[in-house]
Amino acid sequence: MVQSLRRLKESPSQTAGPYVHIGATPNFSGIEGIYPHDLGSQPLSPEAKGERIVVTGRIFDGSGTPIKDALVEIWQADAQGLYPSAGEHRGKADPHFAGWFRQPVDGTTGVYRFETVKPGVVPYFDGRPMAPHITFWIVARGINIGLHTRLYFGDEDKANAADPILGRIEHRVRVPTLIATRSDEAGLPVYTFDIRLQGEGETVFFDI
Amino acid sequence: MRNENSSHQGGSFYQRDRGWHPPAFTPEYKTSVLRSPKNALLSLGNTLSEMTGPVFGHNMLGPLDNDLILNYVQTGEPIGPRIIVHGQVLDEDARPVRGALVEFWQANAGGRYRHKKETYLAAIDPNFGGCGRTITDDEGRYWFRTIKPGPYPWPNGVNDWRPAHIHFSVFGHAFAQRLITQMYFEGDPMIWQCPIVMGIPSREAVERLVAALDRESTLPMDTMAYKFDIVLRGRRSTLFENRMEGN
Repeated sequence: MVQSLRRLKESPSQTAGPYVHIGATPNFSGIEGIYPHDLGSQPLSPEAKGERIVVTGRIFDGSGTPIKDALVEIWQADAQGLYPSAGEHRGKADPHFAGWFRQPVDGTTGVYRFETVKPGVVPYFDGRPMAPHITFWIVARGINIGLHTRLYFGDEDKANAADPILGRIEHRVRVPTLIATRSDEAGLPVYTFDIRLQGEGETVFFDI
Repeated sequence: MRNENSSHQGGSFYQRDRGWHPPAFTPEYKTSVLRSPKNALLSLGNTLSEMTGPVFGHNMLGPLDNDLILNYVQTGEPIGPRIIVHGQVLDEDARPVRGALVEFWQANAGGRYRHKKETYLAAIDPNFGGCGRTITDDEGRYWFRTIKPGPYPWPNGVNDWRPAHIHFSVFGHAFAQRLITQMYFEGDPMIWQCPIVMGIPSREAVERLVAALDRESTLPMDTMAYKFDIVLRGRRSTLFENRMEGN
């Protein structure tokens, strides 16, 4: 026998289930009066710095049907590329920007929609710049362990081409699954990022 | 946040043991069939985007956020066995995870959720909302009071039932630690008949989700207690790790 490393195992994941809204977004699910508002649902502060954008899309299952009971969390840097986190040691992030939002997809259409600011550039661990991106985390009934992916911006061709993560995707045909397409809505850039859990055009998900 | 908190610092996170967690595709749990990616996950390693995460302060909590017996009272207290659930949030090196937001939600004593898509005929309890939250203290501890949830049938097999359980959502200090799981109750034979639980590959791993009856933490003539520890991913110290400062 050798000495024990005395490490613990991570608690196993279990699905968020169909009633995740009760825990994460009770006001949305009609349980009012416990929390003043649903965490992560508050609108972007008018004082937050940076370009206003909309990020929207749907999540499709392997039959091509939009999922109507998913919960989506996003995590991103501020306009300067700094994270509002205790783990950020490069500088102080915008105090008016939380960096994290959470929403259920619409129960009828399956659409999610976040209003946020466009994130700045964050360095890869070797110092190379990563293209602006937003981390997505998706949970739902039938998803046994939360799925991590990234949204990259369709109007950042040059930065995307140099991005060290996108560059590691062996099957180049899958790279576009991570790139949101831009349109404009009343002068506001709208990035559409559809996520496909399975089948043709399956989104690249990460083991982080 | 506190700089002395070791798990706020350090390097990248230990690789997630995917053979320990349930895989994406568990056909006995039918909804997973069309919701499971078929391609291999792309190993990303950790960048700042994964090694950082949102910060939640104790000031966001209301006084009844960790008391599901009282936080939705309309006409009186909810019906059912009164329990305390408590435990520690630790990382894989057994270090306490301080300041971790823990959210929980559950069915009522009859196994009925307060949700418009829920069709089980068990009664709604007018005084039970079914959600709560708290933030761990300096030793990573959390606690809340609730009603013990009941088991309930669900449309999977023709006659599948979920064991009594409480859902947990946990934020550590980094998005890489984000976890949603479920807590089960010691001694419940239905745990081992549940297609969702049995998606977990090993009995040893399932047992990590079974809370122990904790007689020493009960309140005599008042409330039973269960202890449920939660382990989040651990992270490397920066010994010899070839990384840029701050990454």
